[in-house]
Amino acid sequence: MIPSMSAQNLFEKVWDAHAVGELQNGQTQLFVGRHLIHEVTSPQAFGMLRERNLPVRFPERTFATVDHIVPTNETQEPYSDPLADAMIKELRKNCKDFGVTFFDTDTGKQGIVHVVGPEQGLTQPGMTIACGDSHTSTHGAFGAIAFGIGTSQVRDLLATQTMALGKLKVRRIEVNGTLNPGIYAKDVILHIIKVLGVNGGTGFAYEYGGDVFDSFSMEERMTACNMSIEGGARVGYVNPDEKTFQYLKGKPYSPTDENWAQAVEQWSSFSSDEGCQYDDVVKIDASDIGPTVTWGINPSQAIGINENIPDPVKFDNKEKASIEEAIEYMKVIPGSPIKGTPIDVAFIGSCTNGRLSDLEEVASQLNGHRVKDGIKAIVVPGSQIVSKLAEEKGLDQIFRNAGFEWRYAGCSMCLAMNPDKLIGDQLCASSSNRNFKGRQGSPTGRTMLMSPTMVAAAAITGVISDSREVFSS
Amino acid sequence: MALEKISQVSGSAVYVPGDDIDTDRIIPARFMKCVTFDGLGEYLFYDMKFHEDGTKKDHPLNDPSYSDSSIMLTGANFGCGSSREHAPQSLYRAGFRAIIAGNFAEIFFGNSINLGMPCVSVTDDVRDTLASIIEKSPDTKVTVDVANLTIRAGDKSMMFDLRPGARDSLLNGAWDPLDELLEANNSIQNVHNRLAYT
Repeated sequence: MIPSMSAQNLFEKVWDAHAVGELQNGQTQLFVGRHLIHEVTSPQAFGMLRERNLPVRFPERTFATVDHIVPTNETQEPYSDPLADAMIKELRKNCKDFGVTFFDTDTGKQGIVHVVGPEQGLTQPGMTIACGDSHTSTHGAFGAIAFGIGTSQVRDLLATQTMALGKLKVRRIEVNGTLNPGIYAKDVILHIIKVLGVNGGTGFAYEYGGDVFDSFSMEERMTACNMSIEGGARVGYVNPDEKTFQYLKGKPYSPTDENWAQAVEQWSSFSSDEGCQYDDVVKIDASDIGPTVTWGINPSQAIGINENIPDPVKFDNKEKASIEEAIEYMKVIPGSPIKGTPIDVAFIGSCTNGRLSDLEEVASQLNGHRVKDGIKAIVVPGSQIVSKLAEEKGLDQIFRNAGFEWRYAGCSMCLAMNPDKLIGDQLCASSSNRNFKGRQGSPTGRTMLMSPTMVAAAAITGVISDSREVFSS
Repeated sequence: MALEKISQVSGSAVYVPGDDIDTDRIIPARFMKCVTFDGLGEYLFYDMKFHEDGTKKDHPLNDPSYSDSSIMLTGANFGCGSSREHAPQSLYRAGFRAIIAGNFAEIFFGNSINLGMPCVSVTDDVRDTLASIIEKSPDTKVTVDVANLTIRAGDKSMMFDLRPGARDSLLNGAWDPLDELLEANNSIQNVHNRLAYT
């Protein structure tokens, strides 16, 4: 089809609807309709406002939660860690002083910021959303343009509800065909990052589409959009559809019944037009995607479960050096199968895979299986609401009976700013999003990223396993 | 508030080799349990510089020959990962005023420019040439000339890339956009009023 000049993609439409003007340096002053904050990247921003005696421009557009530093094994304050305790109290004070709504730990709504936004209905199609957290791309699952930002930009948003930003290019990534049984959204995004590279998305927003994304649930779309930044793309989104609208229906901050039809009409209008232009298009065949596991120290260093860890001698100089560095850190053997690698810890949770459907999927497979002796296995719901719904369905008992620990909501072992950390060079099968050196709290700790079901399979066998074999019986 | 116009940065440089150096390596998350950025310079590359028992590792930032460096030279995709401004803040507070790399992760780049810390991109050849100059003579004065998009070191002059918008912001002393953003108050109110959602 010949691209039409008037046809626009979603990114362009949302950008244009929120552009305030052009700045001297050529960047756009972009209005951000929803600002989400948490305890780690906001205190300095509030400090800068106080220094300059500035108010929060539109306090009704900012929402706060606490997630990175909350312990998942205690709820009583003061927290054992005085630094964590100071941070939650600082956020509480800032929200009170500046009139910002805070989903505090006693509201029943606290959780990981990227789980809370959607479940409150704060995340809607056609919005611009920003948060001082790189996984803000998660909210793109609803057809919003969602940016991870630094603390100076958090300050800019608090003070003006706008930020300075250069327009991104748009790459459409289509995954067509049907996924094989036992393949999840996590496998799809790890595969995409593997194909396009850890910095392949720099300068781009990713528009995900095709048969696979059309058939994905909202929570599966969130898992994929969440990891856009791991491929270098600051923004990832899926065009809104009937599933998006159904998910939002009845959520606390969703439009009410009398405004519903109008909202849906408006949301739909943001979808990419037929015949619109993209700066790049990548097509991926769903049948090429298997259960995918990272073996290295960045999320693009991933292979299929039945593949071998790369042998650096087979690569040119540049790639060779980074493979050697990863192999040395991970203490894995070049050319050997990843399947069978012994693990010490299994972690199910995070803004990538800590939602109800993730927990339901794993629980549905656990029947009769038990975590292998000596393996520490923890399940951390992404929010208090996920936790409550899971408990109502009895999932906590299923996990406990299988030998998992069932924790309170938070970021937990994804980044270990709380007591959940690896010790020494422990190897963790993890449903989180980053396998960087030291990411899970021990400077020598090792992370292998995979879907929650693959984490459960590793917990049960004690080694990296093909979940399709473990759960076949 | 008038900001410094940054047309060039000069000083000695240190080479920290490696591609895909992520923000968790630049500043491990456990040091982000703070409510100000003060003191973050101390924890720059902490786990790369120190063993778990606190003894020093063999790392360029532990080499006394480079202790006065204000320019860092490194590999491609520097600053990938988290949006934490703590990463450029820790570099800045450890005394760095410019970073030369193969290229930069998007969010890190923006955060650094907002602090007035130029991040400039060079080819592998330029990086190798610079690295060998610095390694031979750690005291070599290196100049990152933002106005002319060149790096001078010893008798060499090499080109770098820097987005025009970022370059203008540095040269014009407009790298922190807050004042300019605040000026648009009426237009901001108009967009707020026009949007279908609050």
